[in-house]
Amino acid sequence: MIRRLRTFGAFWYGFVIGDDWRLAVGVAVTLALTAVLSRTTHAPAWPLIVVAVIALLAASIRRAARRR
Amino acid sequence: MGSWGLFVAVFLACAVEAVEALTIVLAAGLARGWRSAVTGLVSGLLVLAVLIAALGPAVAAIPIDVLRLIVGALLLVFGLQWLRKAILRAGGHKPRHDEAAAFAATMAAATGHAPATRNSRLDGYGFTLAFKGVVLEGLEVVFIALSLGSNQHNVVLAAVAATAAVLVVAAAGLVARAPLTRVPENSMKFVVGVMLTAFGMYWAAEGAGARWPGADLALLVLIPAVGGYALALAALIRRRATGHDAAHTTTPAPTSARTQP
Repeated sequence: MIRRLRTFGAFWYGFVIGDDWRLAVGVAVTLALTAVLSRTTHAPAWPLIVVAVIALLAASIRRAARRR
Repeated sequence: MGSWGLFVAVFLACAVEAVEALTIVLAAGLARGWRSAVTGLVSGLLVLAVLIAALGPAVAAIPIDVLRLIVGALLLVFGLQWLRKAILRAGGHKPRHDEAAAFAATMAAATGHAPATRNSRLDGYGFTLAFKGVVLEGLEVVFIALSLGSNQHNVVLAAVAATAAVLVVAAAGLVARAPLTRVPENSMKFVVGVMLTAFGMYWAAEGAGARWPGADLALLVLIPAVGGYALALAALIRRRATGHDAAHTTTPAPTSARTQP
């Protein structure tokens, strides 16, 4: 039973999170910051997600390429 | 722009996954018999249809801002994962997906497994292989089609794109009677990664309360910008890999001279 639950959890982890959990955490943190920024200031919040995607993807690719 | 992008993203994502599912079903059919493979295929498609029927109305009932935030975030995470793999493949840091090799490996595994007993009309291994292949490859497409379709208020167009892709791949598979090795899967995955990331950025930021300049027109800038950035990253790591390999294959000529008195 526990083995099946583990397999089930591992499937969904792999399906949603994938090979690099840092990407998912980075997206969650960025969206939380975007929500706070857009609700508390009049400054445009969209550049935050652009910068985050640039940085997250570059860092993830760099880590993977170094592991080669 | 939205409808066009929605159609292309869903069609390509669905076509790529359908090509992979076709390879598995073909291997299951050839190695274990067509009855079990086709039963597995049809059962897998039925499970996916039930999922769509159950999840479709549920997704439509979620308030639009919450839907955009949650689904946009998931699309963005999905897109970044697809794009990451595509960049690593294009940069030579990950083996490219090879349908012929995947077919050979699945065939070897399927033929090596114990055959069905004479009394059973259905081969369990062949059925499970085809069923799992269709459900696992299809699950991602169901999610992509539902999330993009519901965010764009056009689930019907997403369903049309997904169905069209499955029909095209199935027709090509029937004609070829072999894995579709000529389909440029790696390039298609790159494009899907770019589109999912761009759509995910757009919807997730909107859901979090940000407003893009130009509203929907921002996608016209986001898609090529993400694509250009991904290509640049792939070129960068390819160049580094080439430089690294060259440095390691250069003959260390002076070594012997230095050790000589």
